[in-house]
Amino acid sequence: MAYSFPEEVLEHVFSFLSSPRDRNAVSLVCKSWYEIERWCRHRIFVGNCYAVSPEIVIRRFPELRAVEMKGKPHFADFNLVPEGWGAYAYPWIAAMAEAYPFLEEIKLKRMVVTDESLELISKSYKNFKSLVLTSCEGFTTDGLASIAANCRHLKELDLRESEVEDLSGHWLSHFPDSCTSLVSLNMSCLGSEVSFSALERLVARSPNLRTLRLNRAVPLEKLANLVRHAPQLVELGTGAYSAEIRSDTFSSLADAFSACKQLKALSGFWDVVPSYLPAVYSACSGITSLNLSYAAIPSSDLVKLISQCQNLQRLWVLDYIEDSGLEALAASCKDLQELRVFPSDPFGAEPNVSLTEQGLVSVSEGCPKLESVLYFCRQMSNAALIAIARSRPNFIRFRLCIIEPQAADYLTLEPLDAGFGAIVENCKELRRLSMSGLLTDRVFKYIGTHAKKLEMLSIAFAGDSDLGLHHVLSGCDSLRKLEIRDCPFGDKALLANAAKLETMRSLWMSSCSVSFGACKLLAQKMPRLNVEVIDERGPPDSRLESCSVERVYVYRTVASRQRLDIPDFVWTLDEDSSMRYS
Amino acid sequence: MDCDLNLKATELRLGLPGTTDAISPPKNNKRSSPDSDSAPPPPKAQIVGWPPVRSYRKNNLAEAESGSFVKVSMDGAPYLRKIDLKVYNCYLELLEGLEKMFKLTIGEYSEREGYKGSEYAPAYEDKDGDLMLVGDVPWEMFKSSCKRLRIMKASDARGLGCAV
Repeated sequence: MAYSFPEEVLEHVFSFLSSPRDRNAVSLVCKSWYEIERWCRHRIFVGNCYAVSPEIVIRRFPELRAVEMKGKPHFADFNLVPEGWGAYAYPWIAAMAEAYPFLEEIKLKRMVVTDESLELISKSYKNFKSLVLTSCEGFTTDGLASIAANCRHLKELDLRESEVEDLSGHWLSHFPDSCTSLVSLNMSCLGSEVSFSALERLVARSPNLRTLRLNRAVPLEKLANLVRHAPQLVELGTGAYSAEIRSDTFSSLADAFSACKQLKALSGFWDVVPSYLPAVYSACSGITSLNLSYAAIPSSDLVKLISQCQNLQRLWVLDYIEDSGLEALAASCKDLQELRVFPSDPFGAEPNVSLTEQGLVSVSEGCPKLESVLYFCRQMSNAALIAIARSRPNFIRFRLCIIEPQAADYLTLEPLDAGFGAIVENCKELRRLSMSGLLTDRVFKYIGTHAKKLEMLSIAFAGDSDLGLHHVLSGCDSLRKLEIRDCPFGDKALLANAAKLETMRSLWMSSCSVSFGACKLLAQKMPRLNVEVIDERGPPDSRLESCSVERVYVYRTVASRQRLDIPDFVWTLDEDSSMRYS
Repeated sequence: MDCDLNLKATELRLGLPGTTDAISPPKNNKRSSPDSDSAPPPPKAQIVGWPPVRSYRKNNLAEAESGSFVKVSMDGAPYLRKIDLKVYNCYLELLEGLEKMFKLTIGEYSEREGYKGSEYAPAYEDKDGDLMLVGDVPWEMFKSSCKRLRIMKASDARGLGCAV
């Protein structure tokens, strides 16, 4: 079959496709499209760093300029993945340093990044522009110093919620005076104080700076000075938002904010002194994103601020906002798309604030564009969930955490099956769901039947039997990631749906009833799946095959099954059912 | 090889691992009143990774919760101030801070006579709501029990906490 289009034309057409999924689809059309596409692919997304190897990537895509990669499974965020499991960035960085001297962007999530890696990045890529490390760990401020010192054209340094060993604030002073290219700097996760004058000079000489997220150590009294140097800021994260109440500090802050005509996002607000909140009021009408999730301020002060932000699209807040505050939110912010309410006292036995299911009901009713929710609360009812589902069929992300595990409907004492069932039935575009509360196999039947667009599902302390897992694996056509903890799901459902697992990115099951024998069988049946048994009690074959494993992590891979960095509490099962030890 | 069958670990049940009840008791989510006749619930054993709050967020919260800001009122002043007790390491620093903030002198503390030689004396409200003279108890004890500070006119303060 001859194509009348020359390669360059096809390449040009492909250049309009930005989504990795679209490009992947294009590459599957035929061999010649595969070839053309791979030569002009500049950005890739690797959802699981162990699904493929650096060699395979480099061989296929010779011209990459941007790499985005994820490492540990999501449940690592909650300490369910033991320390040392893996997701090391170094092998990738080292391989890419050789293969892609023109690499510009690296974006990593939940990976272990060392100072060595950072130094290698800073010295290998002449045109390096952007480093985004989300929830990463393993590096110190010395690594940041290398990046600051050596990346001459650095535009973006974003350390979102990473765990950095903070040796000192000196790293920031390593940005040379000649560096004027910064567009985005997020250092909010760092503890140490940086030299304020170095920071001020850096901000002052960065005319393209759009995003500046400071750390807690930057005092409020100095914030105005910084902001005054960057009235073009679009996103600002304050440092500690507290100071002695002085009218000159206040007015200087208020003036600085009123000069920022482009401000769209505010965050930070640690240790808030409410009297200083009005300083940002002049910017509120333009604000679309507010992250107050570290701000311990009473509902009334929150409401005063939020009601100024008529164009708010995204709000992250602590449960101090209470039901009354959420009602006010529903009344004033009609453009709200995303709401996250975090618990101020997650381990307290009794509620410390008056936040119940009612808050979520109000917002669902009042905000027609609301599509994404993360909500922590202490009570829920089927009636509320049904009302929420009916008001808001446009949810694409619904994550509800009722703090007490297996909490029943507090009105009827029934399981919450009907409520979550209503969510999946009404919200036909739902892509992500996290459930909690008392749930039986019935809810999984509803999910398997209705949640056809669901891509990610998180389950904890739910279900009665394997049937629950079976409903999900056999019914959810779009499922990519399934993570389960403490559920009575076991071998039968897993083995019956083995083929399904190859259509997904990964399956995580911890404290369930999956036996070692089943893991071996699964590995035998499905050679392109990596079945990792993660068990800190020692080798699984020192126990009966029918014994449950502590954790099993199953993911599809085209790389070798035996990853070289496997720690001594992880066993990867091979086709011949032999186990390799590290 | 010896194998601990550990049947309990694989047993299918609704209860949480570690609990012995088959079904968790229905939760009463009403706020407990101070004079509730049921015994206070036993302290909960924490489950790993639950509720699902990232450690990054947990650590930040912990700091937010241990708020050490206290209100400071001064007799005769129209509005109150707030100070962060965490910032000071001893009484001397605190008093200096107060002197600067309110532009006054507080004088010297002595156990026998309270604050000598000034118009003002610093007092505080403790956990029990009692008005106490600043300086009697060790600094750390003061920091944790002080709910509110009040700078009183020395004439009013006479008799407050003085050793008899």
